[in-house]
Amino acid sequence: MSLTTSTARPTRTIDGLLLAGLFAVAGAVTRAIWFTPVELRQGLAQKIFYVHVPSAFIALYIAFGLLAVSSALYLWLRDPRLDRMAESAAEVGLVYMSVVLLTGPIWGKTVWGTWWTWDARLTLTLFLWFVVLGLLLLRQSIEERSMRARYSAVLGLLAAILVPFIHISVYLFRTLHPRPIVLKPSAPSLPGSMLTTLLISFAAFLLLFVGLMRVRYRYATERDELLAAEGME
Amino acid sequence: MSADLITGPAVVATDTPTREERRLSPPSFVSAAWLIARKDMIVELRTRTALLAALALSLLSIVIFNFAWDPTAVAAIDLAPGLLWVIFTFSGLLGLHRAFGVEQADRAMDALLGAPIPRTAIYAGKAIGNLALVLLVQLVSIPAALVVYNLEIARVIIPLGGIALLAGIGLVAVGTLFGAMTTSTRASELLLPVLALPFFVPVVTAAAQATARLMGGRPVDETIGWLKLLAAYDIIFVVACAFAYTVVADE
Repeated sequence: MSLTTSTARPTRTIDGLLLAGLFAVAGAVTRAIWFTPVELRQGLAQKIFYVHVPSAFIALYIAFGLLAVSSALYLWLRDPRLDRMAESAAEVGLVYMSVVLLTGPIWGKTVWGTWWTWDARLTLTLFLWFVVLGLLLLRQSIEERSMRARYSAVLGLLAAILVPFIHISVYLFRTLHPRPIVLKPSAPSLPGSMLTTLLISFAAFLLLFVGLMRVRYRYATERDELLAAEGME
Repeated sequence: MSADLITGPAVVATDTPTREERRLSPPSFVSAAWLIARKDMIVELRTRTALLAALALSLLSIVIFNFAWDPTAVAAIDLAPGLLWVIFTFSGLLGLHRAFGVEQADRAMDALLGAPIPRTAIYAGKAIGNLALVLLVQLVSIPAALVVYNLEIARVIIPLGGIALLAGIGLVAVGTLFGAMTTSTRASELLLPVLALPFFVPVVTAAAQATARLMGGRPVDETIGWLKLLAAYDIIFVVACAFAYTVVADE
């Protein structure tokens, strides 16, 4: 993804990368549903795994990480591009977190027998969803650009500090959520074909994420340029 | 800002030059913070708007919750710790919004920012004022809740005060910063709870869990983990929010 978009480029209505991401996700879902073996005990409900796990990883590690890092760097460098990066990561990350929070209960109801449980990971994801929503609401309610960027960066950085505290406080409650089965010290305990589907799915959702980020970032750049040209700053 | 604005004319002193010099030199960090906190507390004690509103909300909630559950089915000791901390959190929000809200009138905030004192002193002063308000509300409502819910008072009241202080510092550290951030935005009253409540989660969880174990007469080492979490939260967020305030107040 390019950080610098040229100034005079006309807005394209369809972004190639975004389109590729959408097709990749459609392909990955097709493979997950029809060309991957059905899990023995969980049945068809386990197919949610191929959407839920990549979305969770991208939302919590990549999108939230980007938000935290670009917020911290903004406070240091005061580069408006970092602010646009944080804005885009927050918004696209919120969409991915919403996917996680919507697919999770459907899977949980069929497998655990309950829509929701106050387990460490679920609670952390839910509260990050609230924090990011609050950050976007804060951004929306500030007109002046540099003030908006500073406040948003402060909140983004504080949110990163908050994560371990929420994690510790909810971890002391008993947890239902499975331990990692792919990214763990020993070999992945997932059958080969399922692992392939998961990795394909992960790549597809990542491509979609990059596509969405690119479009969202370009929108922010063009909006700021337009506002600057109109002398509204 | 000189001390005279608040304390009245200085007492005539013998060593006039040094005293005059001291009066004109900017106050130290501690005295600047204390001046701001003192000013806020005096304003609050004279108007009593936020204090009375927070107290009324707190006491009313204690009464309302009593009718919201069936005391014959659920023992008060099981619900009271959680309820108390939810109530304090919400009543605290009333006061937090006010600390920087009062500086909006006549652009008093500009004078405060223009004063030759560190920005962290402004934050510290506002936070101390807020902490006094939150602790005052707790000082009245904790005994009130223990009485009306028929809970044992004598054994728990002092350790409970310690938990209240630890939790109060955490709530105020974050709340003061967010109060400063939201006063200059549109829809500030609506935005403060939305921003602050997710950050209050670890504080409320730890304080309620510690209170529950304390009231249940559990051994102290079951509470110590939660108290450590509260203390760590206090230290980290006081430092982080004081730094963040210097960024927020940077016009």
